[in-house]
Amino acid sequence: SSTDGPKSAHFDICSKNLKYKFSENAFNTNILKRHSGQYYTLPPTHIQKLFPYGLPPRFQLQIKTFNEGCVMVRPPALELISYLKRADYSKPPLRYVLYGDIGTGKTMSLCHALHYCYSQGWLIVHVPDAHLWVKNCKELLPSSSRPSRFDQPIQASQWLKNFKITNERFLSKVQLERYVWTKRESTEKGQPLGELIDQGVNRMKSSSDVVGAVLRELRLQAGGATEGEGAFKLAVAVDGVNALWGKTSLKKEDRTMCEPEELTLIHNLRKMMKNNWSGGAILTALSQTGSVFKPRSAYLPSELLGEEGFDNMEPFVPVSVSNYNEKEFESCYLYYLDRNWLQHPHSRSEEGKKELIFLSNKNPSILERLCAFL
Amino acid sequence: MWICECGILQDVSLQCAKGCDVVFASCLSACRRANMAASGCRGVRSILWKYGSYGNNLFVSRSKMVPQLPLRQIYVASSLWKKNLAAAGPQKFTQEFIDKQVEEFEVGKRHLANMMGEDPETFTQEDIDRSIAYLFPSGLFEKRARPVMKHPEEIFPKQTAIQWDAEGRPFHFLFYTGKQSYYSLLHDVYEKILAIERHQDKMRNKGLFTSDTKQILLTGSRWLLKEEIEENLVENISVQDYMRLIQLMELLLSMPYCSLEEEFILKFRKQLEVQSSKYEIPALQYDPQGVAFSVADGRRKSAKASITLRDSGSGNITINGRNYLHYFPVLQNREQLMFPLLFVGMMGRFDIEGSVEGSGHSAQAGALRLAISRALLSFVSEGEVEKMRQAGLLTADPRIRERKKPGQEGARKKFTWKKR
Repeated sequence: SSTDGPKSAHFDICSKNLKYKFSENAFNTNILKRHSGQYYTLPPTHIQKLFPYGLPPRFQLQIKTFNEGCVMVRPPALELISYLKRADYSKPPLRYVLYGDIGTGKTMSLCHALHYCYSQGWLIVHVPDAHLWVKNCKELLPSSSRPSRFDQPIQASQWLKNFKITNERFLSKVQLERYVWTKRESTEKGQPLGELIDQGVNRMKSSSDVVGAVLRELRLQAGGATEGEGAFKLAVAVDGVNALWGKTSLKKEDRTMCEPEELTLIHNLRKMMKNNWSGGAILTALSQTGSVFKPRSAYLPSELLGEEGFDNMEPFVPVSVSNYNEKEFESCYLYYLDRNWLQHPHSRSEEGKKELIFLSNKNPSILERLCAFL
Repeated sequence: MWICECGILQDVSLQCAKGCDVVFASCLSACRRANMAASGCRGVRSILWKYGSYGNNLFVSRSKMVPQLPLRQIYVASSLWKKNLAAAGPQKFTQEFIDKQVEEFEVGKRHLANMMGEDPETFTQEDIDRSIAYLFPSGLFEKRARPVMKHPEEIFPKQTAIQWDAEGRPFHFLFYTGKQSYYSLLHDVYEKILAIERHQDKMRNKGLFTSDTKQILLTGSRWLLKEEIEENLVENISVQDYMRLIQLMELLLSMPYCSLEEEFILKFRKQLEVQSSKYEIPALQYDPQGVAFSVADGRRKSAKASITLRDSGSGNITINGRNYLHYFPVLQNREQLMFPLLFVGMMGRFDIEGSVEGSGHSAQAGALRLAISRALLSFVSEGEVEKMRQAGLLTADPRIRERKKPGQEGARKKFTWKKR
């Protein structure tokens, strides 16, 4: 029943026009607005490249089960994408902060916007969860370059590997300056980014500093050339931004608590968050679930970022994410039906639907968990 | 213990039961003194006396010439001297004692009335209970352990007076049946039956016999239980006796004209309690905007909840100012909240605003559920109310945390059992 819309958009068999395939025109604003509340399928190649680790874990399980990754088009993501389209990239980057209650879809919206950036050919710097860098680190080495800092080699090398997968096409294009790692090793000027990353992956000791160097290079070169091969736009996406200015749960050797500034990775990421560069955008999302020492009821930016974080992030564009409305809930319910996810016969009836609405209060994550055992 | 000459073992008394006057004066006094001195100490006491002088000053006076019996030494435990309290039965009060108690009660009642500043003449038992509860506030949980001031008849158990005269002849003609009050009661009932039959015959002779006479109202009352009848008769009856009595009363009731003995029969019927614990449906109130709402409370295991149920809403639920999704992250508690609405079928219709405190999350959810069910009563028809009651939505859960007992770790858990 696809009569209207461009030929590249393909509608599902379901009469309510539930899903449509992603294509080049998919991010056209009009198309997006029309499909608000409906699902669109992420191409598998993109998922592999862009989101090896970036999607919420339960969503990854869902992709595996359903054999496809479908994302719902929702107003926060639409808002973000429209801002990204209209922003002026010769000026310092705009900071967007996605905030909202737990389980309302902040990470998913962030991933949606990131997919847009990727499809436009931007360079993606994606930190899937900044909270992973401030807690549960098994190895905390004193930094090789600076005395008062601590390194996290495992996390840094992991991130570098993922960065490599995401931004393969840029690896050879970006040229570097000279860096000295140890007495014997140094990176010469003009070498491509790929080599730097390889070195960081191979030599775990200096991987955190490599991360810092990478970020610095990208910052300097992002808005640099407007034409030519070197031009690229930089998208910095950080999920769980409040980890950067919160507390850590790591302890130093003398059993005192570590401050976030003392971690190399955090320090470099904070520098990234400042808008003293140009030619890109900073997309962030707050997260309470992974946060350290924050109450469960806190969800506003001021509460989660804290004073320091708020001052650092200001000025930013807040984008609020809320529970599904009627139409979105309907769409999600139909999607699960379509995928035969709701096996229980009662769940297919009207009363079952009302029960689902009540029990989940149209919260996406709770609805998903509820339907998981139906 | 000593043995008198006829060989009967007795404690210290002057005369042997058989009547031989044997008095061993000095031995007796020694006995008595020894008795009093040694009644506290354990061990065996033996009183040895020998017939014939052994250096003791004995003198024997006898009224009869009895051949002298050999002497025996007896050892006896002092526990025999202690009173066997169990064998004595329940404590017996004399009639004078009871009369004195009644007098004191009356006087005390007047004093109490004066103390409380009320009129002594019109001071009822309820007033007494109220005043005592005020003057002696008690935190004891067991109501029967609290201070009480009641008429002695209610406090002292009924006792049978002596049923025979000075010569040993019983007063009542049925004494030798063993259960004189029970059998006399049966006699009375039968007398009444005969009286009614005679009345019936008289009416038939006059030609005024009708079957539809005034019937005694028996609804809302039950026959007295066997225990209650025993209490009234002050003697024990068996189950068969009780059934026989009830049969006789039924026979009495089956006759027309039994209304003549209505008063007698109603003495044996007990009124059943009125269902005072029935819950009243909360009234439906209206907002200034015309929106209907109702307020209700609920309790579960020391959690108290109070909600306002508003009509024409959209299914929002706010508890203690927070969304119910945040207040009850556990699915089970949200299901509890959902159940009354789901059962009645009015899921998206109401807005609920509730406040709850106390106990844990499950108990709070249960309290809220009860409150929601009660508030729904005013929006729902009679048949639905009955269905809800049968579904158990309107019953308050009586389960409460069991008390920890001394000698045990908790309410049921015992300390580690050691074999030795």
